[in-house]
Amino acid sequence: MIGLAAGGAAMYQAMSALGFAQGTQVNGELPLGEAPRGASVLILGAGLAGMTAAYELRRAGYAVQVLEYNDRPGGRNWSLRGGDRYTELGGATQECRFDPGLYLNPGPWRIPYHHSNLLAYCKRLGVRLEPFIQINYNSYLHSLEAFGGRPQRYRCIDADYRGLVSELLAKAVNQQALDAPLSHEDREKLLESLRDTGALDAAYRYVQGNVSSDVRGYAKDPGGGLSGKPVPSQPIEAHQLLESGLWQTLGSAYDQQYLFQTTLFQPVGGMGRIGEAFGRALEGLIRYQARVTRIHQDARGVTAYYEDLHRPGTTLQARADWCLCTIPLSVLHQIPMNVGRPMAEAIAAVPYAPAVKIGLQFKRRFWEQDEAIYGGTTYTDQAIFSISYPCCDYFSDGKGVVLGAYTFGEPALELTAMSPAQRVREAVRQGALIHPQYPEEFDNGIAVAWNRVPFIMGCYGMWSDAVRKRHYDNLCRIDGRIALAGEHASYLSAWQEGAITSALDAITRLARRAHAEADA
Amino acid sequence: MKARLLSLLTLTLTLAVVLTAWSQSAAQSTGTAAQRDEIPDDAQLAHASGGVIYRHICQACHMADAEGAVGAGHIPALAADARLASAQYMAAIVVNGRGDMPAFGPRPDYTGLQAMNHVTLSDAQIAAVINFVRSHFGNHYRDRITPAEVKAVQLRTASNADDEDLSLMAGK
Repeated sequence: MIGLAAGGAAMYQAMSALGFAQGTQVNGELPLGEAPRGASVLILGAGLAGMTAAYELRRAGYAVQVLEYNDRPGGRNWSLRGGDRYTELGGATQECRFDPGLYLNPGPWRIPYHHSNLLAYCKRLGVRLEPFIQINYNSYLHSLEAFGGRPQRYRCIDADYRGLVSELLAKAVNQQALDAPLSHEDREKLLESLRDTGALDAAYRYVQGNVSSDVRGYAKDPGGGLSGKPVPSQPIEAHQLLESGLWQTLGSAYDQQYLFQTTLFQPVGGMGRIGEAFGRALEGLIRYQARVTRIHQDARGVTAYYEDLHRPGTTLQARADWCLCTIPLSVLHQIPMNVGRPMAEAIAAVPYAPAVKIGLQFKRRFWEQDEAIYGGTTYTDQAIFSISYPCCDYFSDGKGVVLGAYTFGEPALELTAMSPAQRVREAVRQGALIHPQYPEEFDNGIAVAWNRVPFIMGCYGMWSDAVRKRHYDNLCRIDGRIALAGEHASYLSAWQEGAITSALDAITRLARRAHAEADA
Repeated sequence: MKARLLSLLTLTLTLAVVLTAWSQSAAQSTGTAAQRDEIPDDAQLAHASGGVIYRHICQACHMADAEGAVGAGHIPALAADARLASAQYMAAIVVNGRGDMPAFGPRPDYTGLQAMNHVTLSDAQIAAVINFVRSHFGNHYRDRITPAEVKAVQLRTASNADDEDLSLMAGK
């Protein structure tokens, strides 16, 4: 029933929820049927949405062609590696000078375990995955003001914050100060839970000792023999902890949201491996360096007019019965396309967010060697916002690449407004306030500011609930022979799973129309 | 959420301080202070010149020479732009956004990551940067827009900001 009423992706999601489809291939479940004889689909954009659609539609027997602006498959699924050249809007060209095997993922970089469609395509396409470390309890939380600017270990702030809250709540319970309707037994259980989860001592206090150090770490770790006696660490005093503001990273629940819960994955060798694998699977179907300039539908099909960037000024045409357009709305709203007002207004209603990522190559992996940080992220209140350490090749000699900035909003605009070299310098300067090894060990860097990425001019489509309420369904509904897909046509803004599920949903509906037309 | 917003405020505030220090040191070391205004701290930011705001915010997309850029799509040039004849028109676009260009007026409907990504400029900042652009980059408009007039654009939008008007706010 669900399969009939909703799209294939919806059916798959429903099946996942019921536990039927977990861990199985998605694609077998997609009710596209067999293509009507001679039916064709033109796909605009060879990102994950476009290539998912091409892959599935070809399997169902449709004649498929794909137009892509870039000279590579993947779109935002992209890794920069040594030898790559990247020219941003405004003309600045950077050459990536990373050592072999090292990379920056300018766009997506992690895959939650519940993004089952994307994971299924990785499996199907032979893209090897490895764990991505989201939370590292030994990474830092840093503020220029707090603790004299000295970074604090994540585990200390996390443990001390929970300890403080648990102690205060236990006190309130013991003083009968809670006006919650709790029985005596409830209160006993609550106290027990607070002692356990807050690392409180027998008297419900969060104090220096082995109990709290078992969570926040010791001043001297336990070891063996006569020298092995542990020295417990001293929790941070309550006022200092609160004033530091470092709990904001915990309070924002960023690390603990569903999307970031363990286990997450990354492709071995860079996120771009997925786009590259799709591109190989679709060999011959994708026309690269094709800049779409106009999209026109009539009673029988859809024509895309495009410029061959190898021969600037030329206008070529591609035509099919149906069109799946995955061009980002930031670009699409500038392309003439004869769709109705509801879809046109929806296309123009979604601004694109700024974001900047900066990859820094260092001469050695000092974060591992000096600071025992293996993967994960340090957060700071500086413009760079965060520093993320590589989640692979631990303990290796030689160089390593750190994500030296991943930042949003105003700081991202500020960094974007600089030249690439300035951005890299700024990331090194700010990072050095957390890792003093930076200046000595810095080798080279590369900066991607999404507002200046030529194929999209922004990072992802920014929806609000109000804008979504008015425009989202109109964006997703098929207009004549044209359907849209991409993360912008999903409730998973900026996520690859959003792009893939939107494509599966859209082509399921397109196929139904194709069948209805063929049967008529 | 509150924590996230607080943290953002701190972030923005600190950023201003950090960049001030940085641009000062950069200016000292290279002697090119004129190329890059210092970013003022939070208190000063409210009175930052239009040039400072342009170079640190608008320039991210519209480029240092206000010539915009062309890729798969294009970022509009603001240099020698006849459409800037109306400061009100420009204010409406800066406040409300247009197409992929985000709004720089208040957008309380943004939450979570969107709130983090949204940049709000004050009426005074918007007026200052409009006056700057309209008198630089080959634009020679003599009239100036005031913060109060920007506010009026804002209020006009807000008073109709039921969902009927959202399309207008974001429309082409």
